[in-house]
Amino acid sequence: MQTQERVRVAPLVFRIQSFSKVMGLLREAPLVPLLIIILVVLSASFADVLAPHDPEISVKNASGRPVASYLPPFWMQGGSLATPLGTDFHSRDILSRLLYGARVSLLVGVVGTLVAGALGTLLGILAGYVGGWCDQVIMRITDAWLALPTLIFAIFLASILKPSLWNIIVILALVFWTRYARVIRSQVLSLRERYFVQLAEVNGAGTLRVIWRHLLPNVLNTVMVLFSLTIGVAIIIEASLSFLGVGVPPPTPAWGSMMADGRGPLIAGKWWISVFPGLCIMLLVLATNLLGDWLRVRLDPELRNR
Amino acid sequence: MKQYILRRILYSMVTLWLLTVIVFTAVRFTGDPALLMSDYPGVRPEDLAALRAQWGLDQPYLVQYGVFIGNLVRGNLGTSFQFNMPVLDVYLRRLPNSITLGLAAFLISVAIGIPLGIVSAVRINSRWDSVGKLLALLGLSVPGFFVALLLILLFGVSLGWLPVMGMGQGLWDVRYLIMPAFALGWFSSGSLLRLTRSSMLEVLGSEYVKLARFKGTPERVVIVKHAFRNAMLPVLTLAGLQLVNTINVAVVIEVIFSWPGIGRLMIEGLLSRDFPVVQGVALMAGAMIVGVNLLVDILYAYIDPRIRLMR
Repeated sequence: MQTQERVRVAPLVFRIQSFSKVMGLLREAPLVPLLIIILVVLSASFADVLAPHDPEISVKNASGRPVASYLPPFWMQGGSLATPLGTDFHSRDILSRLLYGARVSLLVGVVGTLVAGALGTLLGILAGYVGGWCDQVIMRITDAWLALPTLIFAIFLASILKPSLWNIIVILALVFWTRYARVIRSQVLSLRERYFVQLAEVNGAGTLRVIWRHLLPNVLNTVMVLFSLTIGVAIIIEASLSFLGVGVPPPTPAWGSMMADGRGPLIAGKWWISVFPGLCIMLLVLATNLLGDWLRVRLDPELRNR
Repeated sequence: MKQYILRRILYSMVTLWLLTVIVFTAVRFTGDPALLMSDYPGVRPEDLAALRAQWGLDQPYLVQYGVFIGNLVRGNLGTSFQFNMPVLDVYLRRLPNSITLGLAAFLISVAIGIPLGIVSAVRINSRWDSVGKLLALLGLSVPGFFVALLLILLFGVSLGWLPVMGMGQGLWDVRYLIMPAFALGWFSSGSLLRLTRSSMLEVLGSEYVKLARFKGTPERVVIVKHAFRNAMLPVLTLAGLQLVNTINVAVVIEVIFSWPGIGRLMIEGLLSRDFPVVQGVALMAGAMIVGVNLLVDILYAYIDPRIRLMR
């Protein structure tokens, strides 16, 4: 394949040297998605302070008895400002559960995607640079792995592993590493023909040194773009697993399981139990996708048309 | 050409084989698979012993794998605890429901995605293009199960137009099909729209479209005859793959609408600890995707000579 030789600059992460440059970059970033993400990060970090009630037990009124279940949001008839977004079946405060639920979505989404990224990048570089049977083995396995549809594979793994926060992260990592491996491999294939890699080899650099000093820095931009584009899907998969009852086990609040709790009441017209967490998932994924798109255009013009 | 097809078939066989290795390893990795299967309530110790013997669990891994693959080759996916019949039979009984749902979703996504994609490309940067971009983004970002719940809320509960769950009298009781199909087609319509748009843009910038315009061909004919037909090739490939993906990712939608397809079968298996069913559905889903990939590869080679002549 003949591809046009392109001048590749050092990846962005290595170019940022000063605070002002970081600020300049942030100024270009799309404002609304960034704000949404900052908001979610803040609510996940400070849920203990921000949440008006304990998310895992029912809200008590002044006389110490639990308030009614399925209280509506405050602007509707019968709602109160003590539970601004209403309560669920166990009289738990929905706002507090949403704030705590941000933890699960963020933690699982970010860590799962990071682990998948590390694993996939490593295998992709190995396949692309070492080549030969190593390449064949890794790529055949990747192909077979890709044939398993994401959610069905995740459910299958969830049926083997006991559901817990860390196991969900492991599942996401196992499901998503293939995306990285494929793209990084093809990039390394073209990088390894470039002069700077060949000169390093001529100068006696070992395999590990070439990978660490010459290949890894040059694929990091792509890794970042893939990361930002995968995280939204990872959050949706986590929410789906929670929705299906194989996510993080109750009573820990997760947006997906909150939506599942609200399915029955929804048919009875009590929409707030599942619509609020659904909106949260939607906004977070929308924000990460928009930011990912922006990063993609900003960092890698080659990917622009994919 | 014959060589190309043979090589593709060989590749698919290798992929299928590796698929079984992955699934086998994943199950054995966590310890005694008989214990996984024995979580099912009411399983007696002698059932467990029978299972162990049947799957050769006291043998070394290699022998176990031999038993595993031997069963698969003979079409034996194990026996479901809850239905007390072969997994393959249960699967095949549910498959038509999923295919109906998948087809309906596919039609909806094509009906939304392709026309909007064309309009977006032809009237680039217009209001329609913005609508298209928004829809593509929403399709990617709004999870299908949220769309499903909103649909239920609007059309099932508030307006009361459509039934919120079940399948009705027969497969073709359309009222029951509308909401699940729309919620399922939602995602693909976004990606179809994106691809149609970029494919159309590429073709509209090509020499032969320019030539057609220079000749004074009416714009409508240029778009329909010259551009659209050529732009559809990559779109159709994706559409084919989306079809399978739709059938497979339908799990959540089938659960929400109590649609008795294979996705719901998998969840029923999962929730009642009926492990052979879960494993069977996963394996069949993988096999189905490998099959469709092979078909698309071969079809592509028929259409595009560059591919079949490539090494």
